[in-house]
Amino acid sequence: MVEKALFAIFMDGIFIKNFLLIQFLGLCSFVGVTKDVKSAAGMSGAVVFVMALASTVSYLIYTYILVPTKMEFLDLISFIVVIAALVQLVEFVVRKNIPSLYRSLGIYLPLITTNCAVLGVVLLNVNSEYNFMQSVVFGISAGLGYTIVMLMMAAIRERSTFVNVPSSIRGLPQAFFIATMLSMAFVNYFWVIPI
Amino acid sequence: MSELVTLLVQATAILGGLGLAVGVMLIVASKKFKVETNPLVDEIVEVLPGANCGACGYAGCADFAERVVNEGAPINGCPVGGFDVAKEIGGILGQEVSEGEEQYPFVKCNGGLNCVDRFEYVGFEDCKAVMLLSDGEKGCNYGCTGRGTCVRACPFDALSIGEDRLPHVNKNLCTSCGLCIASCPNDILEFARESEQVHVLCMSHDKGKAVKASCTVGCIGCKICEKNCPEEAITVTNFLAVIDQEKCTACGICVEKCPQNTIAIR
Repeated sequence: MVEKALFAIFMDGIFIKNFLLIQFLGLCSFVGVTKDVKSAAGMSGAVVFVMALASTVSYLIYTYILVPTKMEFLDLISFIVVIAALVQLVEFVVRKNIPSLYRSLGIYLPLITTNCAVLGVVLLNVNSEYNFMQSVVFGISAGLGYTIVMLMMAAIRERSTFVNVPSSIRGLPQAFFIATMLSMAFVNYFWVIPI
Repeated sequence: MSELVTLLVQATAILGGLGLAVGVMLIVASKKFKVETNPLVDEIVEVLPGANCGACGYAGCADFAERVVNEGAPINGCPVGGFDVAKEIGGILGQEVSEGEEQYPFVKCNGGLNCVDRFEYVGFEDCKAVMLLSDGEKGCNYGCTGRGTCVRACPFDALSIGEDRLPHVNKNLCTSCGLCIASCPNDILEFARESEQVHVLCMSHDKGKAVKASCTVGCIGCKICEKNCPEEAITVTNFLAVIDQEKCTACGICVEKCPQNTIAIR
């Protein structure tokens, strides 16, 4: 496999392999938490943090526990355990040290445990055979890509409540239309020449 | 066969070990980062109505309960629960509670159909949307746009837009949570106590001529009410009469004298 530059991986994570609009991972939060920019931003912040942490820890566990014992087939289940534990740990720490952030994030932190996008990052890291730095960079950039799309979607949806559309389209169907158009815009990044 | 057994044992050991390590780490973390909660807080949360409307000024019922116990927030701070809930909270904390006077949202505009339109608005039926278009289609920029944002904000169905295109408050359903007041983009709504009888039904700070051109019931700042009030409870500032509710005795002289019929007794 050709060694990929960190910058290329970074851009990959944000645009070309965008988790929401290209890979269609984490769609429940994409539709559910984008009613206003504030909650979308809170969710995005938490996801960036957990994705970066999960990439780091899962790389260490995969390379230093699963590979030496030839137990690579246990990757999925052990990653789930790791991510769930990480989210719990983050929740404890935030609750103790930053109660105000805990109160505003409250509902979204446990949601991340079941967020398939986080598991997706970790598994993609393994499948692409990234080394440690590459895994961390990909984790962060995937989170940033998620953030960008979440904020765009939330901003558009906030304004689109004022649009006069037939009542059958108002609400979720409208959100799906918006998501489609956003997704078409992101598909164009496929034609970007790889760096 | 023995290979399979070894594999099984190894897999179980690794996954079990991982699970154990993670579990121990979480237990340690939960001990280390334990947040002490006061049992009184939980008791108060039980008593509160659980509407989580935020009318008390805090982020939901749980937050209010915490502030009451730890930071001495007012016991009767929950407007939805009213006096009964305040009494129960007082019982839990061992404090006496006195009954506050009830207050309801009050519409400070009588414009509605009395106010002329500058143009015809076709679009999303929401006050905030109307306001985006040069402060609404009404001739008066201070008045009620009548698109019912407050009606939709009310979780208890206490408001409705009447035929005069103004919101009306149903006091039987109203819990004084204040969500309608917060939702109004023009600040038309305001809390008014039951004992406060006389009100100025106008918000306009425009000069008399401009008010007369757009609205038949707006305050033109003529100061007739100010001169005639025997209690000196009315002052006209910035072309708008303001009633000092402490001084007002609801004698009704200002209501009679007002040439625009802006002041009303309810």
